[in-house]
Amino acid sequence: MPDTLTPDSEVIATPSAPPAETRAMRLRNFWFDYRQSWVAMVALTVIGVLLVGSFGAPYLVPQDPYDLANLDWMDAFLPPGSVGSGEYTHLLGTDNAGRDMLSAILYGLRTSFMIGISAGVLALAVGITVGLTAAYFGGRIEALLMRIVDLQLSMPAILLALVMVAMLGQGVPQIVFALVVAQYAYFARTTHGAASVERRKDYIEAARSTPLPTWRIMFRHLLPNVLPPLIVVATVQVASAISLEATLSFLGVGLPLTEPSLGSLISNGFKYIHAGRYWLSIYPGVFLMITVVAINLVGDQVRTVIDPRNSR
Amino acid sequence: MFGYLVGRLSQAVVVVFVMSVIVFVGVYAIGNPIDVMIDPGATAEIRENLIRKYGLDQPLWRQYFTFVGNVFQGDLGNSMVYNIPVTSLVFSRLPATIELVMVSVTIAAVIGIPAGLYAGYRPNSLGAKLIMALSVLGFSVPTFWIGMLLIMAFAVELGWLPSGGRGEVAEFLWFKTSLATTNGWSHVIMPAINLSLFKMGLLIRLTRAGMVEAMGAEYVRFARAQGLADRQIVFSHILRNISIPVITVFGLELGSTLAFAVVTETVFNWPGVGKLIIDSILQLDRPVMVSYLVMVVILFVAINLIVDLIYARLDPRVRLKGGS
Repeated sequence: MPDTLTPDSEVIATPSAPPAETRAMRLRNFWFDYRQSWVAMVALTVIGVLLVGSFGAPYLVPQDPYDLANLDWMDAFLPPGSVGSGEYTHLLGTDNAGRDMLSAILYGLRTSFMIGISAGVLALAVGITVGLTAAYFGGRIEALLMRIVDLQLSMPAILLALVMVAMLGQGVPQIVFALVVAQYAYFARTTHGAASVERRKDYIEAARSTPLPTWRIMFRHLLPNVLPPLIVVATVQVASAISLEATLSFLGVGLPLTEPSLGSLISNGFKYIHAGRYWLSIYPGVFLMITVVAINLVGDQVRTVIDPRNSR
Repeated sequence: MFGYLVGRLSQAVVVVFVMSVIVFVGVYAIGNPIDVMIDPGATAEIRENLIRKYGLDQPLWRQYFTFVGNVFQGDLGNSMVYNIPVTSLVFSRLPATIELVMVSVTIAAVIGIPAGLYAGYRPNSLGAKLIMALSVLGFSVPTFWIGMLLIMAFAVELGWLPSGGRGEVAEFLWFKTSLATTNGWSHVIMPAINLSLFKMGLLIRLTRAGMVEAMGAEYVRFARAQGLADRQIVFSHILRNISIPVITVFGLELGSTLAFAVVTETVFNWPGVGKLIIDSILQLDRPVMVSYLVMVVILFVAINLIVDLIYARLDPRVRLKGGS
């Protein structure tokens, strides 16, 4: 923590930013440590490929699966590897409406990523604000806020999300909101834990003795020093948001099939597993699993690298 | 202790009150259940009568207080879909869920604790690494997806087990349970395994962490120096020491198993309360939604309260700080 050793005058001038060189060096060190695990490198590569594949899907796949004009009922339920009326190979088969599964999966993955990432980022913002406010002001505000957070943490996220969806109805913004409500508490708890330690340090005392506004001390002085553990939580929470959303959609209370994510694709395919049409649900599920596991593996390695107990 | 008790109890009551208001307002603010219940061709008069019958013409706050008043008389209202009291609906579904949860918790404990002990005892062995990798899968792979794979493998491909439903029930002691018949067991085993995986992963990690910590502890080294056999150290010293946190977390997680049962019950078409709540959300059956959610809130607040009180009993520092 070189920041804490900076003289007070500098704290005010450049509160959180250490010299650019240090930051670049830290990043290089981080990267060096991260590379030590080949599993984590594979996971990172997988995530990269999936991100490119899903967001680049409109340019990569043979069919826009949600343009009804592209669909032909004659192509329904083609097994993987067969050639449909579009005269290209359906690598992963087609679904009940004649959609190319690979195209549908990549489009669905894009929706899943967008929901997971936006829910993660929003929950991070809300959680940081709640956690910092509690830690900075202390007293009754802290007691009240953290009581709420603790209560929420004692309930499973899926249940909270279910309650929110029951109240808000279906659709992308509703789901994102439900996920934020279900997940911000994890960030709030982590922020609060780290910030209540930092709060007592001298550099915060020094900053408080200057006429700087409170929000500035909170977000420019306190926040950068509690950020590392939050990065880990954020990674894991994006994965858990993706899998929560998939679960909700599978239960039929998430996204409708007109706006499909991986969960809605699996849910749709689930109806046909008894007919032996495994490819409708297996492949979206495999993509979901790979995505979630890969993100978790990356999070695990980041945790190992930034854990001070492991530092050299 | 008494002051602490009163403080925590009143907090719990406030939480239940606030949550019930949120749930009530939230659920009642969306959609119009009348539209779901009657066909669009019904006359305006029938409509009006129905609205009046369910008290939907009243302002929301009055509806809420009517609801609370009825709750205290043990009346949670009637289901709009099944047209029977919510209480009897929930109680008819509850045994199935409890049965499922009990079996899965047992599976999780019987497999999870020994596996965690082993992984902590030989942390660098291949077996331990395998166990840990599997526990990560149990955590991160969505429950419904594993459930689907189980169905595909054991019901569709192999045809060994039925893919869903509850199977035959038979009288056992005082209640009907499917655990009393072979057919019932064949139905319960797959959903129970599915539901147990998350908890199993958690138990493995907890037990392993406790074990690793204990292996380096003073009392274990001392026991070693005494010449006690490893088996004896693990089972009579370490197990006893790590059982307290494991049991605490396990108890806390019992509530969340109920929540995860929502997913498992939907996948396996298991006729428990989890399936009921999903159906009621899809059918906009407000009284069932509200009652279920309020019951769950009370359950979780109660679990929290009990845990807090046990901690206060065990740790004087907690209760001396007062009720905050």
